[in-house]
Order: sequence, then structure tokens, then C-alpha cells
Amino acid sequence: MDVIEIDVAIVGAGGAGLRAAIAVAEADPTLTQALISKVYPMRSHTVAAEGGAAGVIKDNDSLDNHFHDTVSGGDWLCDQDAVELFVNTAPLELLQLEHWGCPWSREANGKVAVRPFGGMKIERTWYAADKTGFHILHTLFQTSLKYPSIKRFDEYYSTDLIVEDGRCTGVIGIEMRSGRMVAFRARAVVIATGGAGRIFPFTTNGAIKTGDGMAMAYRAGVPLKDMEFMQYHPTGLPGTGILITEGSRGEGGILVNKDGYRYLQDYNLGPPDPWPRKKAMELGPRDRLSQAFWHEQQKGRTIKTPHGDVVHLDIRQLGEKMINERLPMVRELAKAYVGVDPVHELIPVRPVVHYTMGGIHTDIDTATSLPGLFAAGECACVSINGANRLGSNSLAEIVVFGARAGRSAAAFAKAHPKPAAAAKAAEAAQANLRELFAREGGSDTVSSLRKAMNDTMESGAGIYRSEDTLRQTCGVLADLRARYRKIQLQDRSNVFNTDLIQTLELGCMLDVAEAMAHSALERKESRGSHQRLEYPKRDDASYLKHSLARYRDAGPPSISYLDVVITKSPPAERVYGGAAT
Amino acid sequence: MSETITLEVLRYRPETDSEPHFQRYTVPYRDDWVVLDALNHIKDNLDATLSYRWSCHMAVCGSCGMTINNEPKLSCHTFLRDYRGGVIRVEPLDHFPIERDLVIVMDSFMEKLSGVKPWLIPKQEKPLSDGEYLQSPAELNVFHQYTQCINCVLCYAACPQVGLNEDFVGPAALALAHRYNLDSRDGGKGARADVVASNEGIWECTFVGACSQVCPKQVDPAAAIQQTKISASVDWLKDLLTPGAHR
Repeated sequence: MDVIEIDVAIVGAGGAGLRAAIAVAEADPTLTQALISKVYPMRSHTVAAEGGAAGVIKDNDSLDNHFHDTVSGGDWLCDQDAVELFVNTAPLELLQLEHWGCPWSREANGKVAVRPFGGMKIERTWYAADKTGFHILHTLFQTSLKYPSIKRFDEYYSTDLIVEDGRCTGVIGIEMRSGRMVAFRARAVVIATGGAGRIFPFTTNGAIKTGDGMAMAYRAGVPLKDMEFMQYHPTGLPGTGILITEGSRGEGGILVNKDGYRYLQDYNLGPPDPWPRKKAMELGPRDRLSQAFWHEQQKGRTIKTPHGDVVHLDIRQLGEKMINERLPMVRELAKAYVGVDPVHELIPVRPVVHYTMGGIHTDIDTATSLPGLFAAGECACVSINGANRLGSNSLAEIVVFGARAGRSAAAFAKAHPKPAAAAKAAEAAQANLRELFAREGGSDTVSSLRKAMNDTMESGAGIYRSEDTLRQTCGVLADLRARYRKIQLQDRSNVFNTDLIQTLELGCMLDVAEAMAHSALERKESRGSHQRLEYPKRDDASYLKHSLARYRDAGPPSISYLDVVITKSPPAERVYGGAAT
Repeated sequence: MSETITLEVLRYRPETDSEPHFQRYTVPYRDDWVVLDALNHIKDNLDATLSYRWSCHMAVCGSCGMTINNEPKLSCHTFLRDYRGGVIRVEPLDHFPIERDLVIVMDSFMEKLSGVKPWLIPKQEKPLSDGEYLQSPAELNVFHQYTQCINCVLCYAACPQVGLNEDFVGPAALALAHRYNLDSRDGGKGARADVVASNEGIWECTFVGACSQVCPKQVDPAAAIQQTKISASVDWLKDLLTPGAHR
């Protein structure tokens, strides 16, 4: 196996990975780097984020406001020291993007403009029309090109972490264009591989979001934290799951049921007027809005379509000029994919799996429990999102904690010696791949197992869960994992073998799905995005705790708990609508 | 029997195929399906060995550019309904080597892109503590269109000059250079000129305009290149009259 010696290896080249790479280069340009991704950086799913990035910059706002919105938005499952660090740093990181050329939308006086977002008391979401993620990603990618120490390994699929003597000393990957395996021997490793929305059948997430980095860390013994918390975004297009940004409600859009009624007023989010109003109605948090849809559906007040039930998003009152200026992509997407022009018509929408709140357990410096391994972005859980992430916090999170991961990894690399040869780990990874290529006789296909996983996650671990549905899902997942071990490749070639990559991705998703389902089964309360039908209340006495799922090769994960860090906001009731403060 | 549609897909596996050939697949016809949905149906149900790139399925990640009935297109934004009753021929993008099946070799594009120094070179450095660079909506509008490029490289497949001269920097990279040159915060035009205004840069363009016609994001690289030509000519003239004063 080819060996590449490097100081810092970063897996994933989306917003968090690119920001980490730039931070390493700025911390010490003599540190060598490998920025490894299964896709070209511009393809990373940061590209699809639309509405904006939260950071306090205006005089009418305060860091404390952002802190309290985030902590209550997360139903008090956020670590408050991490949130404080996050809200303090977000404005600087967003300014840094401005200095690197990000084309933020502007006010008439030339200052950066902000828009309202769900669950936020004051408008503080920086935006670049409705392509904010696209612009952040391209700004970071283009900026990264000026640092000679950032050496990219585009289209390398990472399979395993190298762990020796209790320290992470690299990563093993497959060069997709040749099929050859490469060992990156590194003093420090950062994982920034994004979320795992593809575990579910109906998702805004691109094909690449298969939880690879989470699975790699999990298999190496690092716990996955709070995996039961999966965010449903309330407004996805039926059929494709394409996201219609929360920014469309921030700008004044409303949601109505089949009777044209603004149903959110029936779910503690009203009264409907005056509108628009922060933290109320359509600007409530995503968990509450998606749950309200579920109840409307139970009551038969949604609209039937061939792609499932929908409600209507109405942005006509914004007018053509404002829609073209602030929400051009929403208009383009609705026209192309559902044949609706939102200037004149209602957009059909339904809740869609969007964001993995849980992830690789890290501390506030992005360090995992495995020395030498760091994680940032959606793949990680530094615990700023708790039980429900507020819209526009994740684009700020990837730059705040991406940069922090880069600096932490650079410091670790400088303080630790070059690792010894990784012959054993390399041999094991190579043997695994050889075994997969040689396997014969399997009757299952990647697509049939993936579909079975998707279906059981939606039916058992969706917006509302119950003991019965979760137990059933756990059982199905165990069976699928067993069958996965016998799966046979249809394609045994070396060059750009996407059958191989999809097979490896499915293995990752099954492991991560099991962590989600078992974490959900064990949490016998309702909090944020995790709603248990038989336990409708939040239970702080038992569950004001993070769940930690630990991998076990045979059998389901073990689940344990860790206290939440509370500094200045004691747990209280989440209040939205008229009574919100 | 429910309606179907036939795709004729270029296959090339370098380990076993001496040259590319076409393979036919019949898939269900659905009004709301794009060509990418049909390819995914093939991959999942008919032939797991077919390789192609895709991710977002919403025309923003730029992965899934292909030649569809002789036109460069994003397969996630090209609907079966526009080809109903016919055969859809799907090939990799022109002007790039084929890595395998519909996957092209992107190396040359990635080099060209970084070659134009596509990052902000500030007119005047200032620390973060001084806040943002002010930029009016009108100043943003000057270059905003050129920020929309998703690097899908359809314009390279459409451009006849890219086909004739593989060293031509090409539409997307030149448009990106222009984007930074036009940014009110930027002062890097001179630093980019060596590549942009070279023989392999803007002067290689013969203004056919195919790049702008196929661009799925209305970036209009042809306009960017023509504007750069004018600006470079003015700079050249100024340089001639007062040497060294204008870079």
C-alpha cells in the first residue's frame, strides 16, 4: 500500500473541512496537510444550504440573545459553554468570510444585511440571497487555493482510521480513479464529513451524505452523541425532498392547510397577527413546525398528492421583485421541480429529513476521546444544537468549529511525534477490501438493503416514535447488518467503481442508523426533535443528559449518558408565539 | 403496460474495454423524472456497474454534467418529458478524457481554475476588528452574476476553442477571474493578468458564445471574457503611455 506522510489529515472538504485546512495553514504554513474528500470540494453538501448563517452584528442585538435563542431552541440539551463560545465567535468567522470575498447581501449603506429566521428573537442571519451555503463553500474553496500547504486528495474515499497505542495516527483511503489503497500517516486527523440524512428515504441531503466519518470514528471506539435527534425541516418539495429555505418564511411567507388556514396557531405558536413576528407562527422552530404538520395530517387537514401529503407555503405577498432579489433559487426550484411559480401560486411542501443534530462526541476544542482525532461540522456533536438546531446556526457552526478543529489539530501535530509505521492497520484494511471483492453468493443488493433501511427508519424513527416502532426498527436493522456482511459486489473493477463506494457507504449508514434507533429507544421522554408518543413530556430528572452510543461489533451499541453543561440558563419551558420573549 | 423510455448510455471501462460503446436500457417513463432519476433507476435495478457522478439533485453542486442528445446538460435538471417518445442518448461531456462511463477526468479544469488566482486580493488589507468592507448593493450587482458559477464545466464541453486548444484557460475560469476583478474590495487584477490576458487566456476566445448558451446558471462567461478583453486593452494602452503606473 502506498503511504503518504503528513502532519495533518482532514477528511471531508466541505465548509468545515476547508475552514479547518485554512486554519492549519495559517497556524503554521510549514505543517503538511492532506485534505481528503470523496468528492471535489465544490460538490460538498454545504453547497445546498440556502437561507443564511447566524451571527450577532447589529446594534439592536446581543450575544446573550443569540445564546438564549440557541439554548431554548435546543430544548436545553445544548452544552452552554460551547454555545457561549459559538455565539461569541460566529460574528468574527462570518466577517472573516466577508474579508475573503463572500458576496453577502448588503444594506443600502454597504453594511452586511441580516434576515429573520425561525426561533431567533432578532434578525441576525447573514445571507447571500438564498444561496448562502453555495457562496460560503465556493469562497472557502477558492480561498484555500492560495495556501500551498493545502494538498488536496479529491475523490479519495476514506475507509478506516489508523489507531495505534491509543492514538489516531492517520486514515486509510481508496483513490477512486485507480482503486488503489493509500495510507495517510498523520500526526493529527480531523473528520469533517457532514451528516447522515441519506439513512432516511425522504431527505434534503445529497447522495454523498452517508455518515462515513461518523461510522469511521464510531468503529474506532469514539462514541456518537445524541444520535436520536434528527431534524425534519418543515418545508421540502414533495417527491424530490428539495429544500425550500426557512428564509422564505423569514421574508414573510406563510403556511396554510387544505382549508387555507394558518394551522400553526393551533399549536402554541399563535396568534397569527401581527405578521411577520419573531419566534411565532411560521418563525417558530423547525421541530415544532414539523410536529404540527404531523398533527394536521392526523386530523385529515393536509392535501393529498402522489408524493405524500403536503401543506402550502404562500410567498405571493412578497411580490415578484422581492422574490427575485431575495429568493431567486426558491422560485427557480419550485418552477423546475413541481411546476409552480411562487410569484403566482402556492408551493406544496412537507417535512423532510434535513440535519443530524447528533454526531461524533467532541469537547469544546473539537477533540474526541481518541487522542489525535478531532471532528467538526455536522458530523460532530460539540453540543451547540441540543435536541433541535435553529436554522442558520449550522453555517456559522462549520466555520467556527472548522477553524477551531484546524487549530487544535495543528497544535496537537506540533506537540506529538511522527507516528510509527502503520503496517498492521493497513494490512487489516486491505484484507477487508479483498474479502469484499472475493465474496460470492450473496443474494441481496445494495439498493434493496438501502431501501429496507430507509423504510424502517421512516416508519419507526420518524417525527413521532414509540416503543413498538423503535423495537421493530432495531430488529430490522440488526437483520440488515447481518445480511450486509454477506453482500456481494456486482462490479469488481478498480476504476471509479461506484458499486463499491455505495456498498461501503451502506455499511456506514447501517452502523449509524443503529446508533440512532437504539439511542431513540432508550430516551424515554420527548425533547426537541425526539418525540415519543408514550412519553409526551420532557423529563429533566432522568434525561437532561446526552446519550452516548458505543459501537459493538457483534450486537447493538451500548448506550450511556453524560451530563449536559449548564452555565447560566437553567432549564425552563420553551415558549413560542405570543408569550415568547 | 405502463409507459417506458429508452436510454442509450455510453459505457467505457478502461480495464476491459478497448473503446467506448453504447448500452441500451429501458426505464419507466415518469413525467416528473429527470435523466438522473432514470440513471439511478438503472443503477439500482438494472445494472449496478454503471458509473456517473451526482449528489445534490437540485442543480447546485455541479457534479452531474453530461452530454444529453448532443447537448451539455445537468442530468438532474433535464426532464424525461422533454424527450418523450424518443431515445435519450447520454454521453460524458466533450473535451475531457473519459475516466470511466459518464465520469470525465477533471484535472485540467481544476488546474485552470486555481491558475487564475480566484481569491480576493484586497485593495487594502484591514483587520477583522475594523469590521466589514463596505459594499453597496450596486457594487455587489456589478459582479454578482459571475459568482453564480457551479463549476459544472458544461461551458468547457460546449466551447469549440477548448476542443481546439486544450491549454485554453476556458470560460468558467476566466469568468471567475472577472468576478474578482470586478469586486469593489479587490485589487488583484494585475496579479491575475499574466494568466487571464495571456495567449491561452481571453485572446483565445473567438466569441462563439456557446458557453453562455449552455450555462445552467446564466453566468454568461462570454460577456465576462469580452469585458475582460476591453479592460485588458485599455490597461495595455495605458501601460504604453505611462509605463508601470496602472497595475
